[in-house]
Amino acid sequence: MKKVEAIIRPDKLGSVKAAIAAVGYGGLTITQVQGHGKQKGVKEMYRGVEYTVDVLQKVKIEIVVPDADVEKIIDAVVGAGRTGSVGDGKIFISDIRDAVRVRTGERGDKAL
Amino acid sequence: MKSTKAGHWIFWLSIIGIVAVAIIGLTAMKTPSDQIQGDTTGNATGSAENLVGLAPADISQSQLDTAATNEPFAYQLATAVNENRLASNFIWTLICGFLVMFMQAGFALAETGFCRAKHAGHTMFMNFMIYALGMLGFYICGFALMMGGVGLVGVSNLGGLAQLNKEFTIGGWGLFGYKGFFLSGSSYDVSVAVMFLFQMVFMDTTATVPTGAMAERWKTLPFIIYGLFVGAIIYPIFGNWVWGGGWLSQLGTKAGLGVGYVDFAGSGVVHAIGGWTALAGAIVLGPRLGKFNKDKTPNAIPGHSLILGALGVFILAFGWFGFNPGSTLGASFSGNLRIGMVALTTMLSCAASSLTSMAYTWMKNGKPDFGMTLNGMLAGLVAITAPSGFVSPQWAIVIGGVAGVWVCFAVWFVENKLHVDDPVGAIAVHGFNGALGQLCVGLFADGTMNYNGLVVKGLFYGDAKQLLAQVIGMVVAFVWAFGIGFVFFKILDKTIGMRVSPEAELAGLDIPEIGAPGYGQELMPA
Repeated sequence: MKKVEAIIRPDKLGSVKAAIAAVGYGGLTITQVQGHGKQKGVKEMYRGVEYTVDVLQKVKIEIVVPDADVEKIIDAVVGAGRTGSVGDGKIFISDIRDAVRVRTGERGDKAL
Repeated sequence: MKSTKAGHWIFWLSIIGIVAVAIIGLTAMKTPSDQIQGDTTGNATGSAENLVGLAPADISQSQLDTAATNEPFAYQLATAVNENRLASNFIWTLICGFLVMFMQAGFALAETGFCRAKHAGHTMFMNFMIYALGMLGFYICGFALMMGGVGLVGVSNLGGLAQLNKEFTIGGWGLFGYKGFFLSGSSYDVSVAVMFLFQMVFMDTTATVPTGAMAERWKTLPFIIYGLFVGAIIYPIFGNWVWGGGWLSQLGTKAGLGVGYVDFAGSGVVHAIGGWTALAGAIVLGPRLGKFNKDKTPNAIPGHSLILGALGVFILAFGWFGFNPGSTLGASFSGNLRIGMVALTTMLSCAASSLTSMAYTWMKNGKPDFGMTLNGMLAGLVAITAPSGFVSPQWAIVIGGVAGVWVCFAVWFVENKLHVDDPVGAIAVHGFNGALGQLCVGLFADGTMNYNGLVVKGLFYGDAKQLLAQVIGMVVAFVWAFGIGFVFFKILDKTIGMRVSPEAELAGLDIPEIGAPGYGQELMPA
């Protein structure tokens, strides 16, 4: 199984959630995060002094899925989350060694 | 960060405005000696003559004339008594006006709490700036249009305001005043100052209502222009018709409809005008992205802080103690001891309305809806505003109880039948319950008051014509505010555009419109 960590625009959360629900997944975790990518943010003024807003609001979705579903999930996130402008986000895939359902004790893909 | 054309325009227009006011201050402050002068020390305001006929002392003119010749000390004492009468009225009106100013903070918190966090800074900014913008519009011409002729009917509580003696009429029906522009000339006067302050904070209550209905997608520049316009034109014209001696107040003397349309503290003048203007603006602006589906069903967009919302509503409820009781414009003589009763009806109404709105939502949804309950308390306050000086505590509770359910219906109606997006329920609270307040005067006013001769009775106390006068006021308020609001907002939309870009709306208006987030400053680099 793999963990798909998708950092996306906050206003795309609704459409991305709908897109991955269409693929199917066991559960998801959403965190509000801040950060920036290569472009390093925007410039604003504060009381007469210029400063850089490089801490931009994003949303991170984490889901763990069986290996077979990874590409479908990636396609769903990219399809729903892409606007074509700087700031669309990134997806990271990592290996997950095991998963456990707390309620029943099931392990592996059955726990997802 | 580059500045925009709009910034240049606003800055230089402001400078021109300041210079214009300076020129007026240097050239337009002298009144010809054959006209009524403004009183800048306060020593020329009021005389013993003011006490003639005032209840409960009921001094007669002949008594006063006798004293003038035979008992000069008694006459001077009467002058001193009148001075104290005016002083207590000034204190009362000013303190209440300050309380109403504090309602700006209440509106700001209530509206911001009902909006999303990403728009919080901009929503606050609009509620903050409306204070100055409305005030300046009112200063430039709003006060003159609204109160320029009020001296012709007289404001005994504040010393008469005789110099405000220009009202434009057609066939004797008053349409607008035209004295007191820029508070120049004889408006440099201690009584005018009190009247201006008190009327201004009421105007700003109207002005801030549309910022709630139009939040989360309104561009800042059209908002600025609106802020000046509502204080300069929208509010004052209708205000003149009701409180400036204009035609709605004359429906009694000139058309036999009760005592004419009356509105104790402004369910119509303030709240209905605000609510119907908000309706026009929300229609022109359109709904927020994601609010309505293709089949017109609405989606919930929850506000980000019930805590701020509740604090805001409490501040409003507190400020309303200035709004309603202050509308006597005085605390002594002339039936003004009723101020405690006015405060009582105000508090009873909002208690009843918060209870019935809570209970109604609890019944419908299985749990009390706090957000709707907050709107419910406001609905009771809005609905009692017009009748507050004319009804008993019992009717106050009934009016509030009805308002609490009426606002729930109105919110549903606006969203599901009119398909208008109102993030904070401003149209339901101020428009629908403002109209309810206007109506309730015509039903429940019981004739037990006497404000220097003003005695109001509604349908249930024998005066059906009063109800008709109130209904006329309800219709006129809607036609005026919605009509002129719609035209005005449409013109703004066609010229400079009313709405932010979809990208800005999705990102949150804070950074695009004011360059700073309402929340999250601590993560900015040190």
